[in-house]
Amino acid sequence: MSLLEVHDLHVWFDLPQGPPVHAAAGVSFDLGAGERFGLVGESGCGKTTTILALMGLLPPNASLAGEVLVDGHNILAGGEDSVRGHRWKDLAMVFQGAMNAMNPVKKIGWQIAEPMAFHGVAQGAAARRRAGELLELVGIPAAAAERYPHELSGGMRQRASIAMALACQPKILLADEPTTALDVMVQAQILELLTGLSDNLGLALVLVTHDLPVVAQVCDRAAVMYAGEIVEAGPVEELYHAPSHPYTRLLFAATPDLYGEEEVVSIPGAPPRLDREITGCPFRPRCDSYFDPCAQDHPVLTLVAPGHRAACHLTGLPAGERAALEGSRPLGGGSADPGQSPDLVAGDAP
Amino acid sequence: MTARTVPGRPAPDQEQRADVPLLEVENLKTYYPLRLGLTQRVTGARRVWVHAVDGVSFSLARGEMLALVGESGCGKTSTAQTILRMVDPTAGTVRLNGTDITGLSQQQMRPLRRKLQMIYQDPYESLDPRFRVQAAVEEPMLVHGIGESRAARRDLVVAALERAGLSPAEQYLGRFPHELSGGQRQRVTIAAALVLSPDLLLADEPVSMLDVSVRAGVLSLLDGLRRGGDLGILMITHDLSTAAHFADRIAVMYLGRIVEQGPAKSVVRNPQHPYTKALLSVVPKRDPRERFAPQILQGETPNPVDVPGGCRFQPRCPVAVDACLHEDPALRAIAGTAPGHQAACILA
Repeated sequence: MSLLEVHDLHVWFDLPQGPPVHAAAGVSFDLGAGERFGLVGESGCGKTTTILALMGLLPPNASLAGEVLVDGHNILAGGEDSVRGHRWKDLAMVFQGAMNAMNPVKKIGWQIAEPMAFHGVAQGAAARRRAGELLELVGIPAAAAERYPHELSGGMRQRASIAMALACQPKILLADEPTTALDVMVQAQILELLTGLSDNLGLALVLVTHDLPVVAQVCDRAAVMYAGEIVEAGPVEELYHAPSHPYTRLLFAATPDLYGEEEVVSIPGAPPRLDREITGCPFRPRCDSYFDPCAQDHPVLTLVAPGHRAACHLTGLPAGERAALEGSRPLGGGSADPGQSPDLVAGDAP
Repeated sequence: MTARTVPGRPAPDQEQRADVPLLEVENLKTYYPLRLGLTQRVTGARRVWVHAVDGVSFSLARGEMLALVGESGCGKTSTAQTILRMVDPTAGTVRLNGTDITGLSQQQMRPLRRKLQMIYQDPYESLDPRFRVQAAVEEPMLVHGIGESRAARRDLVVAALERAGLSPAEQYLGRFPHELSGGQRQRVTIAAALVLSPDLLLADEPVSMLDVSVRAGVLSLLDGLRRGGDLGILMITHDLSTAAHFADRIAVMYLGRIVEQGPAKSVVRNPQHPYTKALLSVVPKRDPRERFAPQILQGETPNPVDVPGGCRFQPRCPVAVDACLHEDPALRAIAGTAPGHQAACILA
């Protein structure tokens, strides 16, 4: 049994007008203790929605279905109420903008001690002492407990918000773009801290980011999301060296590498709208390898190697046929098809 | 409208001269005064200055892309703002096509602004949400009095949009920013700059707000524009991988100074300054198998109010020696590196 198991998670957002947006469509993954798992994809692919659902922090217009098992208990069984007991205690979250995650008029120490009191972990002086220890753990002098968030630099604030997340000794830390707003040097410091915490405390880490190199260096396994679905999941080494989904391959090709010599190529087009039914493969309009079944059949996640799944019709083909199809279509060539979202007709293709 | 002579505007023949770099920045300094509190003023405290840009020199040719890289607060954006004269320099000169523009009044600057266009980081904020694409791209022409008629301006808008990769342009004219993707919006802001046929584009983190999948497209667009040879691009970025891929030259800034500059490949593969080495080491590699051994510098960039004595990087430098405490090293050519590769380190 894994520490965290997510089964067929769906999230819909109701809008004032029009059909609901299907932001997460059948997301499943699992996570062991001390494991580092990456959730990557473009904006709007559902990665943040997924972890907000795990935390029970979705806005009121969201409805959800599926199971989230922590140590075998379905924390979504009783809706919002059943999540509350687990939030911060079993699962904690680090947000993208540390400034927005903190109360600007409360001292850092108070903010770290608050969840401890709420969950009955520690009170008063004991909670304050523990807040000091946590700050030291994340590399800030304990005296910073008496500071206000605005008195700390961006990197320090992100460290403090990690201390806040660790207040109730969670087993799982969900980090939503924890380094996106930071400089490279500070990013390296925070990533070193997060990997250290997972190594030393056995903390399981879900790292949500659009930054593939960060996932490649920090995580053991990763899932690539597109249009609310996981389209490929597996060990990061395989995702980079033997991607099975064209989206994964193209995403890496769109990411410049410091010493890479090959041309960096963008993926023309935009993800489909999620407020309407998607026929066939959601990535087909931007794909460079589509063939007949892609227009009608929605591919499902299939095992391609031990621990490595992909949702692509190509994986069902013999290796030779597959190799012939891969990259056979012009990038963005499928976007002018009728029946697709009008946004795609005029994609980002130069 | 009567024709005006514009002082400071180079004569047409001068503009064509190939031997004059498009942009020359020499020993540029931009200091901002720090506001003093009441008690400090009463007690007659000395005025303190933020040394945002503290002696920056570089040049940029037509058809060239120079990347100015560094962490937040290192003075990259202040450098660009000073070149644009949105901020007045404290000292130093900025020459555009050989003409010193540092002494010009704001009124004299106005016609030159056409030649200096800025692309901002966030196309979600730099475009007015109530302006359709056509209006957004037409606006700069109205400001600078370009195009005789509406129809003529519309043709120019269409041409600029096509050049920015929004094709067919007619499809985009009537759209509002919220109907466009991030990449398309940034292309609209680039079109709004191109419509003035600028000599120099200052692109401040042009893709950092965009999705990974469309970044390369926007960067290739900028790359193509400068390869056309008519304009030069100064790209400000904190992303070394992007700089390594798209720029001809890289200049690394630290605390208001350029500490290393040279051909992009040479700077990335053969860095000379300890700061550049550290900065390169913390860039995560795309390949999980490649060993990631970040050389993490402790702390953050010091406050540019109290610039450390001697070498400004010395307090965080892993290899500093005693001499670094006293000597403020200047950029100099380093033996054994590519031509034009310079570093400001006594140990290099």
